[in-house]
Amino acid sequence: MRTLRYLLQKEFRQIFRDPSILRLIFIMPVIQLIILPFAADYEIKNIKLAVIDHDHSSYSRNLIAKIASSGYFILTNYNGSYSEAMNKIEHDKADLILEIPASFEKELVKENESKLFMAVNAINGVKAGLGSAYLRSIIQDYNKEVRTEWIQFPRFDPETNIAVTYSNWFNSSMNYKIFMVPGILVLLLTMVGANLTAINIVREKEIGTIEQINVTPVSKVHFILGKLIPFWILGLVVFTLGLGIARLFYGITPAGNIFTIYVFAAIYLLAVLGLGLLISTYADNQQQAMLISFFLMMIFILLGGLYTSIDSMPSWAKAITKANPVSYFIEVIRMVVLKGSGLADIKSQLLTISGFAIVLNGWAVLNYHKRS
Amino acid sequence: MAIVSMNEKVIVAENLTKKFGDFTAVDHISFGVHKGEIFGFLGANGAGKTTAMRMLSGLSMPTSGNAMVAGFDVYRENEKIKRNIGYMSQKFSLYEDLTVRENIRFYAGIYGMSSHFIKEKMGQVLGELHLTAEGDKLVKSLPLGWKQKLAFSVAIFHEPRIVFLDEPTGGVDPVTRREFWHMIYEAAASGITVFVTTHYMDEAEYCDRVSIMVDGRIDALDTPQQLKKTYAAESMDEVFLKLARKATRAAD
Repeated sequence: MRTLRYLLQKEFRQIFRDPSILRLIFIMPVIQLIILPFAADYEIKNIKLAVIDHDHSSYSRNLIAKIASSGYFILTNYNGSYSEAMNKIEHDKADLILEIPASFEKELVKENESKLFMAVNAINGVKAGLGSAYLRSIIQDYNKEVRTEWIQFPRFDPETNIAVTYSNWFNSSMNYKIFMVPGILVLLLTMVGANLTAINIVREKEIGTIEQINVTPVSKVHFILGKLIPFWILGLVVFTLGLGIARLFYGITPAGNIFTIYVFAAIYLLAVLGLGLLISTYADNQQQAMLISFFLMMIFILLGGLYTSIDSMPSWAKAITKANPVSYFIEVIRMVVLKGSGLADIKSQLLTISGFAIVLNGWAVLNYHKRS
Repeated sequence: MAIVSMNEKVIVAENLTKKFGDFTAVDHISFGVHKGEIFGFLGANGAGKTTAMRMLSGLSMPTSGNAMVAGFDVYRENEKIKRNIGYMSQKFSLYEDLTVRENIRFYAGIYGMSSHFIKEKMGQVLGELHLTAEGDKLVKSLPLGWKQKLAFSVAIFHEPRIVFLDEPTGGVDPVTRREFWHMIYEAAASGITVFVTTHYMDEAEYCDRVSIMVDGRIDALDTPQQLKKTYAAESMDEVFLKLARKATRAAD
């Protein structure tokens, strides 16, 4: 125990003496949590729309006014020819083209039917998909308005309609920030945990102090605990800071018990620190450690269910997410924050992440040799 | 000169060998080191000195052969060996971002020294090093020579039976080198066996006995006087050159 006390004292001294580590630990999470959620917005705005109106009727003008007032579109081009608008798309000055034929109003009034043409720049798939969907729903809306305007007696809709009313459970206003902020917090915790531990130990390898430790009677377990405990505490501090920011800036208060989140976070951190430890046993220098953890972070982020739903991934990708500790925490933190799940509800995730912690740390201990 | 006990051997190596793949870094070396002796371990770069020293101090697993250090077997009892030795590597390995006192306290602490012992000896050691005023300065602010002397003091702070020094005076000025050897003599006088590698032939003259490694083998082992006689040389420099020229292995 005394040995551990000396190791911990030394580690904390070094951490608090290194301004770059403190910056990394405290300023990075604060800035990322304040800035990222605004940028990582699912809603697509500012779609550049080019309209070619061959009709110039009151109906076509009304339609365009309705589109422009929706707030999603910026009218970059009005009138001109189709080839001119296409040119805009080619130069990335437009994302969508809406062509209104010359006989739009006439046909609508006379034949009860009219056609519009939409061309989409599909280079940015998300923007293209959502943009055209928005535009379509605005046009449908407009269509309904026109119809209600024209319908005379009897005031029944001659077509059968299924009206759907819906409510969004657990996030009634569909506020994506409530959904994103906890997820980003998980990523931050993962990065702080894995990177700091890996780099810290590899730095001791580079400097040569680890060899000096290896030649002392300090046991492997003590040495590893001496590294894990300080970063475990730091991780929980960062996590607390993050929850504070979520509350202060976004008004996010977990629906469930905060204790539940901390229990999971504490075990999760052990798993992540174990990963950092494992990386450090394989990497010989800081560059290698950085590259390995960078590579892993990319996979963790993209296959973690933060930006994309895991349920919609192909089965092989789903299999990978099973080996991704991040995906479990993101799932759990959303369950607890949004739905108010308790310890009993997250039991399986808790067990899985405990397994991760045991395997990663065990592997790291086995792979750490005091003697080469 | 230290009191050397010829009867008691604290290091015994028999056919100690280390291979890295096809390359034999240390090739069946056998020797014994007496208690209280200053044992010089010479050889050109890449001759295998550091590898041999790492095997004896429990940092490297021998491929074959036997060795006992402080009465313990290097294969099975390497953790027990570690309690009884001090080690100063080629790389400076104190924590630069800790102060002089913090470094001493840390290393003494992990060797299991009591707080009382640490406190008491700290004052004495800092006094001897003339570092009392610098005790609370970060180690990185000290000049190299002072750092090396401090590293040596830390290596023997827990009063080990043997101290291994790997080129402790590399890059150090002649005055500090002399002071450093003064400290080595004092350590030997207090009963600590000193196992030291060096490239400076004047330092070899200070040793009780000297071994010279060539291509992983020990080609000569004797007192400096005897070696000079055997090789009909004026100085240790000449002895070394005569032996090292036979090396076929490229220096690193």
